[in-house]
Amino acid sequence: MSSKAERNALDVDRTGEQRQVRMPALIDLIARHRVLAAIVFLMVLPWATPYEALAINILIFGLYAIGFNLIFGYAGMLSFGHAAFFGLGAYGCGIPIAKFGFPWFVALPLGVAVAGLAAAIIGWLAIRARGIYFAMVTLALSQIVYYVVFQWVSLTGGEDGLRGVAVNSIDIFGLRLNMLDPMTKYYAILVIVAVALWLFSRILNSPFGGVLEAIRENEKRAAACGYDIKGTRWLAFLLSGLFSGLAGALYAMHLSVVPIETLHYFNSAIVVMMALLGGMGTFFGPFLGALVYLLLEDIITVITVHWQLFVGALFVFLILFFPRGIWGSLLHWMKQ
Amino acid sequence: MTEAILSVQGVSKRFGGFTALSDISIDFHRDRLTSIIGPNGAGKSTFFNVLSGAFPPSEGKVHYNGRDITGVAQHRFAHMGIAKSFQITNLFPLLSAHENVRIAAQAMQTRFNIWTPRSRFRELDEKADALLELVGLWDKRHETAGNLAHGAQRSLEIAVALACEPQLLLLDEPTAGMSPEEAREMMDLILKLHAERGIILVEHRMKLVMGISNRIVVLHHGQLLAEGTPEEIRTHEEVRRVYLGQTV
Ligand SMILES: Nc1ncnc2c1ncn2[C@@H]1O[C@H](COP(=O)(O)OP(=O)(O)OP(=O)(O)O)[C@@H](O)[C@H]1O
Ligand SMILES: [Mg+2]
Repeated sequence: MSSKAERNALDVDRTGEQRQVRMPALIDLIARHRVLAAIVFLMVLPWATPYEALAINILIFGLYAIGFNLIFGYAGMLSFGHAAFFGLGAYGCGIPIAKFGFPWFVALPLGVAVAGLAAAIIGWLAIRARGIYFAMVTLALSQIVYYVVFQWVSLTGGEDGLRGVAVNSIDIFGLRLNMLDPMTKYYAILVIVAVALWLFSRILNSPFGGVLEAIRENEKRAAACGYDIKGTRWLAFLLSGLFSGLAGALYAMHLSVVPIETLHYFNSAIVVMMALLGGMGTFFGPFLGALVYLLLEDIITVITVHWQLFVGALFVFLILFFPRGIWGSLLHWMKQ
Repeated sequence: MTEAILSVQGVSKRFGGFTALSDISIDFHRDRLTSIIGPNGAGKSTFFNVLSGAFPPSEGKVHYNGRDITGVAQHRFAHMGIAKSFQITNLFPLLSAHENVRIAAQAMQTRFNIWTPRSRFRELDEKADALLELVGLWDKRHETAGNLAHGAQRSLEIAVALACEPQLLLLDEPTAGMSPEEAREMMDLILKLHAERGIILVEHRMKLVMGISNRIVVLHHGQLLAEGTPEEIRTHEEVRRVYLGQTV
């Protein structure tokens, strides 16, 4: 009886609050229906960007940043080697298509699997280290991947990258999608990204998602409660690698080539920046981060060639003055 | 006499050159509420950390229900049925009281499920609410743990420890920082909990535990100074010397 009265009181409070300020209500709505909101947002995105290829990049790097955010934002570990999973996803999907003529729907899961295998191994080795040492171990191991792919020219094309990842059309249920048309390509990739976002949200809502939250808050207590910290971290790393690998595999299909730069540590740094910029540990943040980052890059590279210098400055600025990122700050402001 | 639920043999613990525990051997029984007392720095919390798996002893063995558990990983302890409430409140501060207990209870049911929505596990909500009711926090269950008053946080500590349904509950100064009134309520709760499980209690205020304990263990400078019934301890020469100035 008292609980019912209590609940009513709470409801009154809530609606009162919502009536007062409109904007937080919208953000609240987005936060509650995050997958749907993200999909709606992504559906209109290509109409708002200067050209479609940029929208596709935002889509792919947004997925990459979301996958990265699982280990960085949710598990609280800074990986500096995620380019390995993005890159291996790209090569793992691109090589079967370019060298062996596999259909895309076989190659795509293969790319994800290769990235997942690498994440399982690298994660297993790296979770033993903590903090900055974890970052260094992941960086070192991802550099090994870079050099192996770089040297294995016959399979990977080495320095020149992998060419001939031609996916010109996709047939689904008798429907032929022309992948050379950028808009068609965007929406075809969006379908896959949407499924990935749904899976990701499901993971966050699962018991495992709750464990990640608990460990981030109080590792010692979580262990005393019966949670295997290392095992949980390893699984988070593996899942994170799978999502990053999917992003990489889509990137290969999008570009029709796989540049060696996908494996470069700069690509590991980019994703850290995107997650920070948008808001680490938030669902929607990394997408916003990818969007802002790529738009900035697009604008600034036209003005100056010193884009990387600008990136460095941006990085310092974010860490010092804006640690919550765009979406994180919005959510924080709403809660107050 | 029943078999010991926990048996400690020759346990020592060193931190660098400092010996926090030296050569302690002792048996604990389920049906005898045992309190460990001793002055500040005696090694009580260190002893509890060894018993609850926070770290292994430097030497010696610990057996639980006859099984050697020395060096077993921390997270296994909850699953074996050993839980501890911490001397310094150690909760998930940003989660609500309800979520604190719920996540602890979840560990016994599912840990690596990445698929089923958490909201499906209704029985965990019910279990959490039941435990909060038991420790007297039901009306505060939606409050953020970090915002609870000190006494309430101490009670929440116990609810979280109980969530794994331990056979053996280790309570490290559950009354720390509590008012005399709150401390008395806590002692009542402990007696109630003891009906269903073994309890070992650390306390450095001797008076509090004399009434409820079946057996008392005294640690001093990392050594086992004495053990016996409250009456035996009350009249023990050396214990009296250690607690000089306090009425035993
Ligand atoms: N991790 C550690 N590293 C170094 N020394 C430690 C560590 N933990 C405890 N000690 C030392 O071991 C001794 C025993 O500490 P412990 O916390 O077990 O005492 P206690 O009996 O619980 O005291 P209190 O009544 O104050 O809680 C103290 O001198 C303490 O400084
Ligand atoms: Mg202590």
